[in-house]
Amino acid sequence: MCLGVPGRVVEVRGSIALVDFWGVRRETRLDVVDEPVVPGDYILNHVGFAIRKIPEAEIRETLALYDLLLRESESDMMAADVRGEIAGARPEAVRPDA
Amino acid sequence: MPELVRDTGVSELRFRDPGRARALAATLEQLCTQIGRDSVSVMHVCGSHEQSIAKFGLRTLLPKSLNVIMGPGCPVCVTDVPEVDEAVALALSGKTIATYGDMVRVPGSSRSLADAQAEGARIEILYSAAEAVELARDTTEDVVFFASGFETTAVATAAVVLADPPPNFTVLSAHKYIPPVMEIVAEMPGNRVEGFLAAGHAAAITGSAIFERFVEHHRIPVVVAGFEPLDILAGLVKLLELIRDGTMTVENMFPRCVTAEGNRNAQAQLWRVFRTVGGNWRGIAHIPNGNLRLRDEFAHLDARRRFDIDVRRLWEYAPATLTQSCVCGDIMAGIASPDRCPLFGKECTPDTPVGACMVSNEGTCKIWHQYGGHPDL
Repeated sequence: MCLGVPGRVVEVRGSIALVDFWGVRRETRLDVVDEPVVPGDYILNHVGFAIRKIPEAEIRETLALYDLLLRESESDMMAADVRGEIAGARPEAVRPDA
Repeated sequence: MPELVRDTGVSELRFRDPGRARALAATLEQLCTQIGRDSVSVMHVCGSHEQSIAKFGLRTLLPKSLNVIMGPGCPVCVTDVPEVDEAVALALSGKTIATYGDMVRVPGSSRSLADAQAEGARIEILYSAAEAVELARDTTEDVVFFASGFETTAVATAAVVLADPPPNFTVLSAHKYIPPVMEIVAEMPGNRVEGFLAAGHAAAITGSAIFERFVEHHRIPVVVAGFEPLDILAGLVKLLELIRDGTMTVENMFPRCVTAEGNRNAQAQLWRVFRTVGGNWRGIAHIPNGNLRLRDEFAHLDARRRFDIDVRRLWEYAPATLTQSCVCGDIMAGIASPDRCPLFGKECTPDTPVGACMVSNEGTCKIWHQYGGHPDL
């Protein structure tokens, strides 16, 4: 539950951003992030809120780590948490084909 | 040697290189020799840390004398029975309960929210506090957001409270605050925790500096670490160096994600909405300042103050006898391990959980069950 997931900001509308997470586009709230966010930025999303703007220098490494996590099987608990964050659903609600 | 790499790829080696893992394990061995005691216990407080440790069998790499314990790092697991009872009572009185998925199956004194749902109560599982507000906007009925999670997740609840939710929206807060429980667990009889590994993403909000007061008061070092195998091993190396040298500080080994001051905007919202109060953490102890409750200014959004919650009628039912054999509390306090529980893997499984530690993906019992029952073997 405390594991966030990075995504790329596609559009900003007031306090809501449209964010791309590995091809899944979802709205993320910008209420608590502590820096201005513009399209092209990467943010760390936790339960539908951007909690951090990922610094330019950290983007590649952060994405590489999650690419690795997402290659894990369905039974992997951390990957299930990350997939849940991407789908915007709790892990048990994510279907294997989702 | 556990298999650290399951696929080939350049990026993997950066996080899971077996050679680096072995080198870090050898350093840990040296450090334990230098410390020179029969046993050294350190605690982490993060479900994601335990998932990595169990999955990659990291405990098999560790020196015999180093004991890495999962403490109370699962917010669902420490939600106390009376808190679940409050949600169940509200559900049975006709309010819609919106909550995170894991909370639905946590046992109360006579029922879980899933049981209440089977009796006709309306329970909505959601992913974000923002969805609970949307749910309230779409109906005229009362929607109670049964909010769980540590400070990282409480920030999201604070944000929706501050964003002018509709009048039929209220919050039943079961949010918990981690630093106070570290103080209690560190002082527990039967426990000799000499260092803490703190969770990376939680500290992204609070900042690593949040632990400075704890370190000063308890003379126990804290290291903030990421959640990949090499991050954890490197965090343990740093922690053992601090223990060996008697250096009582907070060290940040996850600068990729964590700063000393954290996210100040998020902290400001968190403390504008919440105050800390004492309360029980399931099975562990009364934790002074361990619970987050809405401030008076937001009483109109606080389900506890808006509604007369009568939990007494839930107590007519005798508690399940199995629950009395559950050692979840001792497990989260670091005194017992899941395989010592007589119910583990028998009466208590992820499909039929007796204790809360078997419900959540962050619970020690569920993690050990998923990765083979006893990750040390």
